[in-house]
Amino acid sequence: MRLAFRTYRKQTGILVNNPLATVGSIILGALAELGRLASFAGNSISHIVRPPIYWRLIAQQMWLIGYNSLPVVGLTALFTGAALAQQIYVGGSRFNAESVVPGVVVIAIVRELGPVLGGLMVAGRVSSAMAAELGTMRVTEQIDALVTLSTDPFKYLIAPRLLAAVITLPILVLIANIIGVLGGYLIGTERLDLNAATYITVTVDFLEQADVVSSLVKAAVFGFFIALMGSYHGYNSRGGAQGVGKATTNAVVSAFIAILLANLIITVIVFGGAA
Amino acid sequence: MSSMIKLENVKKSFGNKHILQGVNLEVQKGQSLVIIGGSGTGKSVTLKCVLGLLQPDSGAIYVDGKEVTSASNSERKKALHKFGMLFQGAALFDSIKVWENVAFGLIQGKGLNKKDAKEIAIEKLRRVGLSPDVGELSPAELSGGMQKRVGLARAIATEPEIIFFDEPTTGLDPIMADVINDLIVECVKDLGATTMTITHDMASARKIADRIAMLYKGEIIWEGNKDQIDNSGNAYVQQFITGSAHGPIEMELLKP
Repeated sequence: MRLAFRTYRKQTGILVNNPLATVGSIILGALAELGRLASFAGNSISHIVRPPIYWRLIAQQMWLIGYNSLPVVGLTALFTGAALAQQIYVGGSRFNAESVVPGVVVIAIVRELGPVLGGLMVAGRVSSAMAAELGTMRVTEQIDALVTLSTDPFKYLIAPRLLAAVITLPILVLIANIIGVLGGYLIGTERLDLNAATYITVTVDFLEQADVVSSLVKAAVFGFFIALMGSYHGYNSRGGAQGVGKATTNAVVSAFIAILLANLIITVIVFGGAA
Repeated sequence: MSSMIKLENVKKSFGNKHILQGVNLEVQKGQSLVIIGGSGTGKSVTLKCVLGLLQPDSGAIYVDGKEVTSASNSERKKALHKFGMLFQGAALFDSIKVWENVAFGLIQGKGLNKKDAKEIAIEKLRRVGLSPDVGELSPAELSGGMQKRVGLARAIATEPEIIFFDEPTTGLDPIMADVINDLIVECVKDLGATTMTITHDMASARKIADRIAMLYKGEIIWEGNKDQIDNSGNAYVQQFITGSAHGPIEMELLKP
C-alpha cells in the first residue's frame, strides 16, 4: 500500500510537497507497522500453545528476566514506597489525616506503582536485551541458520521469551508490591512515629482482592508487551550494528508506551465505574 | 540424471530494486553448481529463495521435483530437512557450545537424544579436522577458519541431500581457503550431495564446481562446465575470471 502510494506520488509529481499527503503517508506507515506487529504477535502466540514446547529455554528466560531483575525492581519499589509514605504524611498532616498513610500507600503501590514502575524497569532491562540479542542473531544470519536446521525461530526464540515474561512479571510485581508497602512501613514507623501494629492492620483492611488481581493481570500484560516489543524489533532488525542499535532503542520506547497505554486501559476497565 | 533443483524465471524485487530478473537454473542430482558474480548481483537472494527464507515475487522453484514456492508451511519444513547450509559468517549460535551447534539439526530437526547427537557431532568435527575438545568451547573462542569448519560440520551433520555454501572462503587466508575447499569437495563426495555454492573467489569455484553459472544484474548470463570457463566467449565472464578492472562490467559500474 505504501509502495502504491509512493508510485502514485512519483507519477503525479504535484503531491510531493502536499502536507496532507505527508500526514497520510505517516498514518498509513503507522497502520502497516501495527498490522505487522499484530501478525507477529499472533504467530508467536500460536507457537506458545503448539508442541514442541522448549521448557528448558522457557526456564532459562524466566531466570534471565526474573531473577536478574529482582535487585532493580526491589530497590525501585522500596524507595518509591518510602517516598510515597513521606509525601502522604506531609500532605495529610495539613488536616490531621496522618492515619491515611498506610491505606493510600498500599492502594497506590498495588494498583499502580508496583506494576507500572516494575514493568518499566523490567522493560528497560529486558526489552533492550532481547532486541539486541535477536537483532545480532538476525544480522549474523543465525536466525536464517535456525531455519535451515529445521527449527522455527518463532517456536525456538520468541515463544519461550513471551511465555517466560508473562509468567515472570506477575511474580516480580508481587514481590515489588510487598517491598513497596514495606518501604512505606519502614518510613512510617521509624521516622514518622506511626504505630506499627495499626499500620499493618490498616494496610490489610484497605487492601482488596480486586487490587491484587488487577495488579497481577497488569503485570502479565506488561510482561507480554515487554517480550513482544523486544522480540519484534530484534527479529526484524536490518543493516548491521546500526540496525541493532536502532532496534534496541525502538524496543524500549515502544515497550514503555505499550505499558503505559495498557495500564490506562486496564485501570479504566477495572476501576472505571462510578464509586 | 534427474534434476534436484530447478529455478524457472524467478523474480524478486525489494521496493524498486529489482534483484532477480528472471533466473533460470538447473542442478542435476549429485552435481556441484557454483554461481559466480560480483557483489549485489543477487547470488545470496537466489539461495535464500530456494531455501524459502525469501519468497520470490514470481516464477517457480522445484526441489526434487516438487514446487516449493507455493507449498504449505509444513511441506516447506519437510523440504528443509533435505538442506544443509554453510553461511558466509558461519552463523554459529553463540549462546551454545560448539558441539551443540553441530548437533543442533540432529536434536531439534531429527529428534535424536543428546548422547547420540554428541557422538555424531564429535565425529563430524573430526571429519573437518577439529579435535573433540574444540566441541566444548564456545563459538566466540574460535578463529574465523575454525568457525567455518564448525559451520561445515553443522551443515553436513544431518547428512543432507542438498548443501548450500555461501561464500565459503571469504575472509580466510589463501591456505585456509584451500583447506576449506578440500573439505567441501571431500564431504560432498562422501555424502553424494547436490550442492550450490556462491562465491566470487575463482580459485574456490574451480576447485568445487562441476558446472559454473555467472549471475549478472539478476540474470544468468552464462552457464557451462568448469573446463569451459576459460573459453566462455563471454566478455563479462572473461572479465570476471581474470579480475580485470576494465571491461563491460566497468562500463555499467560508472553509470549511477
